[in-house]
Amino acid sequence: MVNKMMFVLLKQVVKKPFTNPFPVKHAPKNVTELIEKVQKGEVKINPPVPLPEEGFRGKIHYDPERCIGCQLCIKVCPADAMEWIPELRKIRHYVSRCMFCQLCVDICPGKKFPGEEKNVKALSMSNDFLLADYDKYSDNLIEEPPEAKEKGL
Amino acid sequence: MTKSQYYIPIGPIHPALKEPIRVEAKVEGEKIVEVDVKRGFAHRGIEYMGMKRNAIQALYLSERICGICSISHPYAFVVGSEKALGIEAPPRAQYIRTIIAELERIHSHILWLGVVAHEVGFDSLLFWTWKGREKVLDVLELISGNRINYSMYMIGGVRRDLKESHIKALKEMIDYYRIFNQEMKNLFLADPVYKARTRGVAQLSKEMALKVNAVGPTARAAGLRMDIRQDIPYDAYADIEVRGIVPQDIVGEVYGDAYDATLVRIYEIDQSVDIIEYCIDNLPEGKIMAIPNYVVLLSKIKRTKGEGIGAHEAPRGEVIHYFKYDGTRDGPAVWKVVAPSYNNINSWAPLLLGAEVADIPVVVAYIDPCMCCNDRIAVVRDSSGKIVDSTTLHRMAVEKTMRIKKELGVKE
Repeated sequence: MVNKMMFVLLKQVVKKPFTNPFPVKHAPKNVTELIEKVQKGEVKINPPVPLPEEGFRGKIHYDPERCIGCQLCIKVCPADAMEWIPELRKIRHYVSRCMFCQLCVDICPGKKFPGEEKNVKALSMSNDFLLADYDKYSDNLIEEPPEAKEKGL
Repeated sequence: MTKSQYYIPIGPIHPALKEPIRVEAKVEGEKIVEVDVKRGFAHRGIEYMGMKRNAIQALYLSERICGICSISHPYAFVVGSEKALGIEAPPRAQYIRTIIAELERIHSHILWLGVVAHEVGFDSLLFWTWKGREKVLDVLELISGNRINYSMYMIGGVRRDLKESHIKALKEMIDYYRIFNQEMKNLFLADPVYKARTRGVAQLSKEMALKVNAVGPTARAAGLRMDIRQDIPYDAYADIEVRGIVPQDIVGEVYGDAYDATLVRIYEIDQSVDIIEYCIDNLPEGKIMAIPNYVVLLSKIKRTKGEGIGAHEAPRGEVIHYFKYDGTRDGPAVWKVVAPSYNNINSWAPLLLGAEVADIPVVVAYIDPCMCCNDRIAVVRDSSGKIVDSTTLHRMAVEKTMRIKKELGVKE
């Protein structure tokens, strides 16, 4: 039986795949080797999906120099991803708990350094979205002032 | 003589189910003679969590009630909260809210069409429809910053404005969906195989739909013209004459089966595209937040005493949120959620009775169930049928932990 559906579905055979391709065409024998080769620049992998030009909500970037310690981000954070460090009067952000709602970025008053006209926020959304990790407390997934790590707070 | 009746339990965890629910059926051959639906396996206590937090935190918690339509619960939340607080969102914000809600209806309905194609065994159609869904998700990502959890709404407005580039993308999307939806009508409604598989399956009469309190597309497919956007208009819907889509308008007769549900949902995508087109043509200028500062907003909530009900027509039916602010803390003192799947799941038992085993996936899928929405309370009964209270449950949980620790030899 020939009907409209067959034509539409058969047309897909000649079209190029709509989905994003895998990083490499075939599964590699050794993943670690492949990653090393990619880092050396010998092999090129297919990039992940493109992002919108502006306004993407990715991993939060924290600039402790700009933080005034007002704790407003802790007050609004729905996921309790922010932790107060009383010794330094700064915050620590756990990316593994974050739900990327941007409320902390909206509410952050920021600080201006001498010579600047406007306040610059301590928190900002980056375009980083590849956050897979084995450990939810790894360095990649915690944003904190560098002194906190040195002093072990 | 051989045994003629067999007992088939399905769920709560089963490869055929995407979310936990239990269906207990007795079958004679292929026919179902007795059926019982048990729910309450996905209760997460979100309302209680919301009552311990401030209103802005609870708003983003409400976005996580439903896994697919992430804006319908916040929409009911903001409408109800604004009524309780006595503030009103600026007109531009109201229009932007409507656009986002309709975009979501498009993506949710296309998702359902793919799911039902998968359930009747048409997987190539599933991939084709979901390919078409990518376009609306890309537009939502462009506008709000993420594909699924948009985080756009705020009590008294929206958080992001529509820019020129967004409006251009929306217009492009409207043209795309006019063609795509025409193709979908050809594929789903004119296809003899799809018609044979869904016509007469999951047939819900008008009386039965009223009896089980069906809402949303399920009720409209049964011929009831009910739609929150038409009955209690809010935001930009008050400016647009929205009429609930029922099969008698389109083909002149009502069966109330899975085929009619497909018909209603495909024509609702057309309606949503029309609403979005109206909204971007008549988008008012002005600010987007009634109270732009969150700290001021929270202190206003802390000072306010009041209650309100917010209702929104979600892709699956009506979502209702009840609020009470008691003037002592900056969050809701009482928060109650009514989700559409709770009413629609009522229709499973009468529809499954007398149906064939092979029709179970279609009956289950045609209401577009969302278990994580509908589980609002969980009770545990003991062997005599009495409800076990929370202190007893807690004591039993501690006892069990102790026992397991002892068995495993865990040292403190």
